[in-house]
Amino acid sequence: MFIAIATIALLALAAGLLLSLASRRLPGESGDLVEQVNELLPQTQCAQCGFPGCRPYAAAIVEDAAAINLCPPGGEATVRRLATLLGREALPLAKTLDPAVAVIDESLCIGCLHCRNVCPVDAIVGAQHFMHTIIESECTGCELCIAPCPVDCISMKPLT
Amino acid sequence: MHRTVPRGLHQHETAHVSAPTYDLGKLHGGLRLPGHKAASTTEPVRDVPLPAQLILPLAQHVGDPAQPVVNTGDYVLKGQLLAEPDGTLGAPVHASSSGTVLAIEPWPVSQRLGEPAPCIILECDGEDRPIEATRRTAHYTELDPEELLSTILSGGIVGLGGAVFPTAQKLMQARTSSIDHLILNGIECEPYISCDDMLMRERATEVLSGAQVLMHALQIDSCFVAVESDKPEALASLAIAMTELDDERLVLKQVPTIYPSGGEDQLVQLICNREVPSTGLPTDVGCLVQNVGTAAAVHDWIIGQEPLISRITTVAGDGIANPMNVRARIGTTIADIVALTGGYAESADHLIIGGPMTGKSISTDRVPLVKATNSILVVLKTSFTGRELPCIRCGDCAAVCPVQLLPQQLHWHARADDEKKLREFSLVDCIECGCCDLVCPSHIPLTASFRVAKGRIQELADEKARAARARARFEARNSRLERDKEKREAELAQQKSSAKRAGPEAIAEIMRRKKRQSEDD
Repeated sequence: MFIAIATIALLALAAGLLLSLASRRLPGESGDLVEQVNELLPQTQCAQCGFPGCRPYAAAIVEDAAAINLCPPGGEATVRRLATLLGREALPLAKTLDPAVAVIDESLCIGCLHCRNVCPVDAIVGAQHFMHTIIESECTGCELCIAPCPVDCISMKPLT
Repeated sequence: MHRTVPRGLHQHETAHVSAPTYDLGKLHGGLRLPGHKAASTTEPVRDVPLPAQLILPLAQHVGDPAQPVVNTGDYVLKGQLLAEPDGTLGAPVHASSSGTVLAIEPWPVSQRLGEPAPCIILECDGEDRPIEATRRTAHYTELDPEELLSTILSGGIVGLGGAVFPTAQKLMQARTSSIDHLILNGIECEPYISCDDMLMRERATEVLSGAQVLMHALQIDSCFVAVESDKPEALASLAIAMTELDDERLVLKQVPTIYPSGGEDQLVQLICNREVPSTGLPTDVGCLVQNVGTAAAVHDWIIGQEPLISRITTVAGDGIANPMNVRARIGTTIADIVALTGGYAESADHLIIGGPMTGKSISTDRVPLVKATNSILVVLKTSFTGRELPCIRCGDCAAVCPVQLLPQQLHWHARADDEKKLREFSLVDCIECGCCDLVCPSHIPLTASFRVAKGRIQELADEKARAARARARFEARNSRLERDKEKREAELAQQKSSAKRAGPEAIAEIMRRKKRQSEDD
């Protein structure tokens, strides 16, 4: 009886020591985890989460510096997947957003380059003093180009 | 036109017929369904008279809708080109009769379950004047395959088995891979439908002639004509036509009557004993499958110079007073066709375009007959089939699945929306035949849930692809900005260092030179 208890206790101790040693010596998984979280984000690079892109937000989530419900383009589905991956509670989205693309009113555009310079995915083409336009298939609908436009010629067109 | 089939002709008496099943591959699962075909095959095919108005949808094929080449008010002749394919995949649409283009506007169509889609509305003048053949009439054997393929394309011919994939493009795709067998699909495994059966009975020679044209286009020397054993008249008629043609490239194969042996992949498995790989095509294993109706349409266009402007369709079901097969112009409304056959039965409840297993329920009979319409089925108010109960894991669905999937597993994963598992269990390979629905003792609508899950998986894959592209573009932009910054810094550093190297003497010298210049001015 005593021998049995002692054996099991010893085994448990040995296993515990081994595990704690491994967790200290072996490289942590957080690097991979950031990548996994980033994989789930929609890559719109819209910065609506308050971080300068999807990857920084992923890093913040992993470090527990940000909630998982801050990504409007990802929607509820992304929150749900993040919750499953990280074992956290699936909170309702802080702000919802319907899928849309930006459109330039080409009759108003003055060719100032401001919008082209802020587009995170290079979806705006144009040169100084020439009309700009948005490549619809590449636009992620991040709305970053709307604020810098001095003539307010950019609007969001909802995707049906 | 109607061939009389001698009674009592046994298929073993003719050399070309193989005995049933002995040299066939094996099909997994499947069901023996009640045929319900006798009612519609007693009479010969009847021609539907020319209606007052024809409605010709621009999208009657897989691919982008065709673009109209006529305007409202134009007078067109029978067989005249009305719309041309737009983009890489598509087929033209021809006028089914002569008359005036009334409008090009949305009209309810069966492809969209009764929702409107752009159609050319043609008011017939009743004269049915054909357009003069403009094509040179060289025999097809004198044409090279490429030329023949482009001619087939211009005939508006699409797969008439129901998938309506443009035939010319299917052949072109097949030409790029090595093909050794053409398989003519004369298997009509769904209950009620008998249009291919009647076609083979009455126009066997034309079907086989179409097969010869297709073989020339593909440059191959082997064609299997596959017909189910429940169609002895069609088999006999084909056998006679083969004896007359005396073409040893054609071989008639009789296959057992099991649903869904008429599926493309299943047929290849049966006839050639080759398994089409997951998400692959029959061309991957050296086979090309064409419907017998398509072969007849190819004959009509290449030899008879008539584009695809009519087809045979089955009008059947308990809700039809006189079930029969009719030949109707493309564009005739379902209401007109049903009226010709003698109208609806008293307790007719709802209309299905296609067969009872894979057809679509339509709420209006104003929709026109299109190239895909192989059957008009009207059924009675169905008695309550049973309440959906939880899955008891009996495994009956797995036993009948012709693709050897595990529907009960897929059912769980579809309910849990587990995309990874659905992929793992090859949901994409489901052919939506409906066998699992039929055998399920708990009356679970499995096929419907698989259709929904398939759509969701596709959506998710699209979303992933979009995210990957956005990410690649974002990273490319960041690395470009980084590169520009480094370059600018390097330039600045070089300017600084060259100024430093020159020392204060040089700077003073430059300043003196500047001053002199300004004094000279």
